[in-house]
Amino acid sequence: MLRDITLGQYFPGKSWVHMLDPRIKIIATLAFIIELFIVDNFIGFLIAGIALGIIIAISKVPVSYIMRGLKPILIILIFTFALNIFMVDGRILWQWKFLKITAEGLEIAIFMAIRLVLLLMGSSMLTLCTRPLALTDGIERLLSPFRKVGLPAHDIAMMMTIALRFIPTLLEEADKIMKAQQARGADFESGGLMKRAKSLIPILVPLFVSAFRIAQDLAMAMEARCYRGGENRTRMHEMKFKKRDYIAMILMAAFLAVIIAESQIL
Amino acid sequence: MSIRVRNLKHIYEKGMPTESLALEDINFDVEDGEFLGIIGHTGSGKSTLLQHLNGLLKPDEGSIIIGDIDITSPGISMVEIRKRIGLVFQYPEYQLFEETVAKDIAFGPKNLGLSEEEIQERVKEAIKLVGLDYDKFAEKSPFELSGGQKRRVAIAGVIAMRPEVLILDEPTAGLDPKAHKDVLAMIEEVHRRTGNITILVSHNMADIARLSDKVLVIDSGRMVTMGTPKEVFSHREELARVGLDLPPVTQLTETLRDRGIDIEETILSVDRAAECIARYLKKKENSRC
Repeated sequence: MLRDITLGQYFPGKSWVHMLDPRIKIIATLAFIIELFIVDNFIGFLIAGIALGIIIAISKVPVSYIMRGLKPILIILIFTFALNIFMVDGRILWQWKFLKITAEGLEIAIFMAIRLVLLLMGSSMLTLCTRPLALTDGIERLLSPFRKVGLPAHDIAMMMTIALRFIPTLLEEADKIMKAQQARGADFESGGLMKRAKSLIPILVPLFVSAFRIAQDLAMAMEARCYRGGENRTRMHEMKFKKRDYIAMILMAAFLAVIIAESQIL
Repeated sequence: MSIRVRNLKHIYEKGMPTESLALEDINFDVEDGEFLGIIGHTGSGKSTLLQHLNGLLKPDEGSIIIGDIDITSPGISMVEIRKRIGLVFQYPEYQLFEETVAKDIAFGPKNLGLSEEEIQERVKEAIKLVGLDYDKFAEKSPFELSGGQKRRVAIAGVIAMRPEVLILDEPTAGLDPKAHKDVLAMIEEVHRRTGNITILVSHNMADIARLSDKVLVIDSGRMVTMGTPKEVFSHREELARVGLDLPPVTQLTETLRDRGIDIEETILSVDRAAECIARYLKKKENSRC
């Protein structure tokens, strides 16, 4: 049951978007997020939305799949929408006791909601179309200039890689422990909050023990293969920009220019 | 108490593109007091089958009747099932979590809702049954024990629930030869004392041949054969086809037979093999004179 959880939610594919260099995708996503904050009118959002739509179409990731990823933030979305719609002063459209909806409030609420949705869809495209390992590799390369100021870029990337790699392993472990404790009559479903929290102890203690054991074994295995951190380490798959990466870069710059120009003119 | 398994079928991730058939067409009976051995190579569906017997997994089709209750019928109480059937998982020492050995063993009985005296009595009995000294181990942390001791404590945790059927999934995996022998002797002892059904999954054919009354062979989620160890291990080719070996001593005697040495078929114990070979040699010597 725990194994059904998909984390990092990579959607396998062979599209142009999938094959782009991860560095380009990370920068493009950051640029897209910044652009969404530069935009100050609906036409800007329309342009951003069309651009995102084209990317989604090229990537062949089903829209329903992306929407499923939005579900967890629905509450935040409704919360901000409600806050904005009731809190902003201006021309009153509707009033009930202390609650009032103003035209300005409505506009800001819709504006913010669109921004949030675009933001999440845009950034989820990054994880949907990039393998987790490619993503951490990309982060490592992008952070490596900061090594000069003492940022351990390689170590950060390695930590992320290991964390991602062991999520399924630990889920499997948790599943096994849960079953073993259930076989001993443990009950995780009934009872009040305190009882349920207490019933987690028989799972958490062995899980931590397992996690430490796995960590120790992994450290030993890495040491046995002479792992010494990122210094002078070469890689099998060198990241190199290809033609499509340059094209993507140009498109990204053009898009940025359009958004800035649009926000200045209107 | 007996076990009747009928037309058991289980599909993993039903309805998903990744669905796979885990078990199909499983039919077998285990009578009261019997020792059942289950063999099959890794991924053959043994563990899935065990989890059904304990109600942790629900079959997609078929039924499992234990004693007089059908544990696959909806609305059956899980506590009721677990009171009757104890399941010891692979590497059970990884499920230890309490501060002391006694508390850990008491976890199962406590979940059954027993009285404090009853629990204490059962804990004492279980520790003794698995061959540990109560006064020495009860207040120790389970994490400071050796591998073999940890495993005994974990098995004691299930025995303390006094199940009428005890199921063990590779209880000797990863143990050294001494601990392996001790744990098996302990299982044999528990089986003999309680007189209940014991089900043992193992990759060690010699253990299975020695301990089992019946052996069930499973491959790719289907039953290959079931019978007494003698019957099952006489099908050498069939076992080889599903990736299983004969017990070492049987391998030896069968190879001797292949070379034309006339001794008994499918010998399962070292003593019996020694006896037969000695008799054969004596006969040969006599005929030479």
